[in-house]
Amino acid sequence: MSVADNIDYPPLLRRPAVFLSGVGVLFLLLLRADAAHWAPVHGLFGALALTGLEAGPANGLAAALVAALIGLNVWVITGLKTRWQMWIVWLELAALVAVLFVSFDLSYAFIRRKLWILISIGLVNTLLISACSIVLAFVLALAGAIAKLSGNGIALGIANFYTSLFRGIPLLMQIYLIYLGLPQVGIVVDAIPAGIAALSLCYGAYMTEIFRGGIESIPRGQWEAARALGFKPGDTLFRIILPQAMRVIIPPTGNQFIAMLKDSSLVSVVGVWELMYLARTQGQAEFRHIEMMITASVIYWAFSIALEMVQARIERRFGRDHVR
Amino acid sequence: MSADPAIIADAPPVEIRGLSKWYGAFKALDRVDLTIGPAERLVICGPSGSGKSTLIRTINALEGFQEGEIRVDGLRLTREPRVVRAVRLRVGMVFQSFNLFPHMTVLDNCALPLRRVRGLAVGPARERAMAYLEKVRIPEQAAKYPAQLSGGQQQRVAIARALAMEPQLMLLDEPTSALDPEMVKEVLDTMVALAADGMTMAVVTHEMGFARRFATRVIFMDQGRIVEAGTPEAVFGAPKEERTRAFLRQVLREG
Ligand SMILES: Nc1ncnc2c1ncn2[C@@H]1O[C@H](COP(=O)(O)OP(=O)(O)O)[C@@H](O)[C@H]1O
Ligand SMILES: [Mg+2]
Repeated sequence: MSVADNIDYPPLLRRPAVFLSGVGVLFLLLLRADAAHWAPVHGLFGALALTGLEAGPANGLAAALVAALIGLNVWVITGLKTRWQMWIVWLELAALVAVLFVSFDLSYAFIRRKLWILISIGLVNTLLISACSIVLAFVLALAGAIAKLSGNGIALGIANFYTSLFRGIPLLMQIYLIYLGLPQVGIVVDAIPAGIAALSLCYGAYMTEIFRGGIESIPRGQWEAARALGFKPGDTLFRIILPQAMRVIIPPTGNQFIAMLKDSSLVSVVGVWELMYLARTQGQAEFRHIEMMITASVIYWAFSIALEMVQARIERRFGRDHVR
Repeated sequence: MSADPAIIADAPPVEIRGLSKWYGAFKALDRVDLTIGPAERLVICGPSGSGKSTLIRTINALEGFQEGEIRVDGLRLTREPRVVRAVRLRVGMVFQSFNLFPHMTVLDNCALPLRRVRGLAVGPARERAMAYLEKVRIPEQAAKYPAQLSGGQQQRVAIARALAMEPQLMLLDEPTSALDPEMVKEVLDTMVALAADGMTMAVVTHEMGFARRFATRVIFMDQGRIVEAGTPEAVFGAPKEERTRAFLRQVLREG
């Protein structure tokens, strides 16, 4: 599986020429960037109990120490198995981001005070809107793809117009059109349904093309075998073609859903108290914008990771037939 | 079904009259007449592009046609979905590229059509699928996925899948052409075993030695027409048409 398995010289990063010049370049960059004055570096020295240096180490010394630590870290990691390498690097980068956030000097008391309202109203609305939109977009995309492949002129016309319109105008505009435009013709829609409608129509249009491509990637012989056996069209599609097309469809669809989770914040323009809206407004009163933004970001990120994990599971399930 | 006025009693498995088909302006089949009788083993040969695939694919409505008529067991083939399905239930098809469903096990490949098309319950469907996998002598592969099988094994599964539907007639379009030489024999042997059971078959093949032993009748096609028809001895031994002779010289030189 790993590319490095059958190469008998050391991994790229462990070759002296690469490793030493890498650390050297790192040192020079840190020196130029005045590493000694970065808050995380202070924190690092504090953690290492180099109290004397904490106040302000010589820039050269700081740069050398940081470069050496990073070098050591890389050296140790390159000795591990690929799986472990991946997880450790992931966690280290996450820790770096965390250090960055922490160094902003946040008011945790403020976050604790506001967290419940962010979750109980903001997150709940965000998840409600996203979950409904995901399901509806999936259905729309499937219908759109079938229409585009049907060879029926009317279905084709509707599907082509649909994808053209909803991919062609900004999502923000679609939300306004549905919430403010439809009442003009006598159809009044509440803010949350309007947001769900706009999100699902927009993402359904993008995903129509993903589904169409996935279905088209299945060889004609599969359709023919199913037809020759006497399968009805619905069975052919849902039992034979789609389960195979899913392998092609799922990765870009997962992408779309993760993007949609965050685009659901646009629904705040019609007054829905979703996560982003609350983060913005709650921070405003006490000038604690950063606290709320970071909290909201962490929540979005956590749910994106959850979606990634769901995607990986589904991919494994539909990848079964690829054992050789 | 027997009350259906479209069905003629005691009709041959396949009866084709004046069949013509165009792809756009290109005439792929040109006034073909052909009858396949019960338990007959018809071999269709001819140069590439002569319309062999097109001909057998019109029989189970994988391809439409413009002129003439096709009757399968007396049932006249129309575009009516009900008729098309009835015809496909009577006709099994085996493709050059196997076309197994890669996302299901060998057993499910054979059992799913029985459930969805024949309406069998899970248990009986699996039992019958297993019986036909035994018939093509690969019951031990039932739990594997198609990609884990050799080409010859995959083609035998494809034959079992078609047979399990218990058709009146089997169509095989170059069933050994995609196989490595050492796997051709196992598939040909499977077809010979089928013939011994009295199955009516139409086979497109370039395996001339096999065709000679296997066929009760051979037709030779060129440019969408049946140019020559007769017993294998007549068509292969003493071809009347120059085109047949030219084709046989070429095939024998290659084979
Ligand atoms: N879908 C198609 N569209 C246009 N032409 C086709 C199509 N299928 C087959 N043909 C043409 O019809 C002729 C007969 O094809 P085919 O029946 O596949 O020949 P064979 O099986 O004898 O090699 C060929 O010239 C081929 O190019
Ligand atoms: Mg062919």
